[in-house]
Amino acid sequence: MASTAVTANQAPKLNYLNNGHSLKSWLLTTDHKRIAILYLISVTTFFFLGGFFAMLIRLELLTPQGDLMQADTYNKVFTMHGMIMVFFFLIPVVPAVLGNFLVPLMIGAKDLAFPRINLLSWYLYVVGGLLISHVMLTGGVDTGWTFYSPFSTEYTNTKIVEAGLAAFVAGFSSIFTGLNFIVTIHRMRAPGLTWNRLPLFIWANYATSIIMILGTPVVAITIILVAVERLFHLGIFDPRLGGDPLLFQHLFWFYSHPAVYIMILPSMGVISELITCFSRKRVFGYNFIALSSIAIAVIGFLVWAHHMFVAGISLYAAMIFSFLTFFVGVPSAVKVFNWTATLYKGSITYATPMLYAFGFMGLFTIGGLTGLFLATLGIDVHVTDTYFVVAHFHYVMVGGVLMGYLGGMHFWWPKISGRMYPEGWAKLSALLVFVGFNLTFFPQFILGYVGMPRRYWQYPPEFQVLNVLSTAGSSVLAMGYLLPMIYFLWSLKYGPIAEANPWHAAGLEWKTTSPPPTFNFDETPVVTWEAYNYDEIPDKELEAPVVR
Amino acid sequence: MSDSPVTAGSVTTMEHEAHNPALLHHFSDAQQQKNAASLGMWLFLVTEIMFFGGMFCAYLVYRVAHFNSFAAASQQLSIGMGAFNTAVLIVSSVTVVLAVKAAEAGKRKLLVGYLVVTVLLGMTFLVVKGFEYREKFERHHVPGPTFKFTDTFDDNGKQIPVNPKEAELFFSLYFAMTGMHALHMIIGCGLFSVLAIFAWKGHYSPGYFTPIENAGLYWHLVDIIWIYLFPLLYLISRHS
Repeated sequence: MASTAVTANQAPKLNYLNNGHSLKSWLLTTDHKRIAILYLISVTTFFFLGGFFAMLIRLELLTPQGDLMQADTYNKVFTMHGMIMVFFFLIPVVPAVLGNFLVPLMIGAKDLAFPRINLLSWYLYVVGGLLISHVMLTGGVDTGWTFYSPFSTEYTNTKIVEAGLAAFVAGFSSIFTGLNFIVTIHRMRAPGLTWNRLPLFIWANYATSIIMILGTPVVAITIILVAVERLFHLGIFDPRLGGDPLLFQHLFWFYSHPAVYIMILPSMGVISELITCFSRKRVFGYNFIALSSIAIAVIGFLVWAHHMFVAGISLYAAMIFSFLTFFVGVPSAVKVFNWTATLYKGSITYATPMLYAFGFMGLFTIGGLTGLFLATLGIDVHVTDTYFVVAHFHYVMVGGVLMGYLGGMHFWWPKISGRMYPEGWAKLSALLVFVGFNLTFFPQFILGYVGMPRRYWQYPPEFQVLNVLSTAGSSVLAMGYLLPMIYFLWSLKYGPIAEANPWHAAGLEWKTTSPPPTFNFDETPVVTWEAYNYDEIPDKELEAPVVR
Repeated sequence: MSDSPVTAGSVTTMEHEAHNPALLHHFSDAQQQKNAASLGMWLFLVTEIMFFGGMFCAYLVYRVAHFNSFAAASQQLSIGMGAFNTAVLIVSSVTVVLAVKAAEAGKRKLLVGYLVVTVLLGMTFLVVKGFEYREKFERHHVPGPTFKFTDTFDDNGKQIPVNPKEAELFFSLYFAMTGMHALHMIIGCGLFSVLAIFAWKGHYSPGYFTPIENAGLYWHLVDIIWIYLFPLLYLISRHS
């Protein structure tokens, strides 16, 4: 045990952060909170790496000609941007950072069910990350993150196998996280914490975990088949050997479409927590929000072929998948309507996490509704592989996921670090992100609608104005993302000490100290109340959370 | 694989309130720990089913598309060796069940014995599989530039129309599926070898044998996958 240096009004307790300072105590930790911090550091690194590639793309598209790079380089740049952002940022970010930190705390457990598998999961992530970095430094990949066959299996001579291996290994990291969450949520809940009393963030992570363990193995075997096809000339997807490239697309999207829900569901869970806390109200329609997460996980598995409407699937299949795609919009809309109803007659405070929650609702709604455009067969034919699609999935995956993630990071930062972030700067960053995001991606809807295809390094001069707007927006967005990193780091040393429950929020994670001790709770809590019982919190705490 | 909590001592800076040395600090009792490990293993098996599911899906699509060629190629597999291996695996599943029973009864030597027999049966399977693969190499039935497929007659001398490319696809799937299965067998043999050593050292008792149970579940799954692979790959159109 480390010696406890206690100063007057510093945290007098041994907590998870000061319980051992050596590098070994971090790299061999089995504490879910420390593993969350490890994930936070590595995921942030990859976010900025992926962001670097995004900036290269936007700079190239500033002018109609290919002046910064030519086609081959551009192909590699957008492929690396996609691979890094999807496999190494968006999929792990909320579950592996916030989920890892919060799932045991929120259910009153001492740790996840399998702490060593949790650590293994982080190491797999790191190995995958090193592999993709190796690919990046030794020539890259030019297929797009989707690895479509037969280009990937036959024609390109870039590092497909290594990049596939990176995604494969990172996939197992994700499987282990999902497995750990499901077992923990089933078996480790505190006495009295029934399923109907679980925080909605837990429900969201549970639904996410279902997708992780059912979907990820399928993409894993698909990647292996691509690799053996390249290495040993097996002809599984090669039409000249009797294979079918469409089968690759089916298997790939069977995972990769639900993967979008792996990204967005945990963020939706975060938003449910934020909206209730800063409205001081029990969430409207708890059961509907909880079950809509499960519904999204289930229906989300049945819509994958909407990525293939123009790839040559039968018209009848396309009609069914079109209908199912509309159908998966229903549970998402249920959530948005319930959040809105929660706001109604609530005592709303505009703290930074709440600003992000509002941002989420705006961006996700635009992203979700344009998804319905794409589910419509006729419109999809017009806008397939244009910037309309790019704008749509960035609104959902970046607008949705990052708004939820940053909102959650601000909300739980006092719990994670024991310090408050500077509220003024944080509000500025929320504003920059929202404005920058819309400036970057809204013009892309128009670009796509008027016919600019995705994945090209040059374009006709008519498209330049909108592209300049988009590039300008991306610089604002980059500022908005850099700012929190700077002031979070600043707050570690200079931020005001956080109380155990600075937001007067309900939820077990706020009933322990900030930062929590290694075993989370001194005594295992016994739960006798519903989630978000803001009506029952004593009067002095009922007042709106303090905003500095 | 299974989260075998056998090295509870390796968890540092944790205080052990319980007396059971196998009980990890973050579980409230041994029953909770056992339930968690068991649920975790079942979920892992679900991921394995999805993993193989991708290949079974590919198999079904192509079998429907190219049935005649698949049937002709299937006739070239050695039904004898396949059936022998099926029997070996079924027997090994029995020895695994007996090993779990022995662990439950606290019979250490019997447990070690059954585990060793299981490993030996697994290795028998792999050796026979190796001979089958060698035969494929000799007959140029391995996909790639040297692939040849000219046998277009079934066992009764009836001619079957075959597109060699489609037969190559059958062998691609054959090697992908049986290869992935064999990899799982190798992992299983390694797993049971380690468990046999731990069992010999007396790590398990009637109160704690979760790793044996969970490894057994894994072995049964690998076994069941073969039970499906055998008819799908070896027995296409064998009725006559």
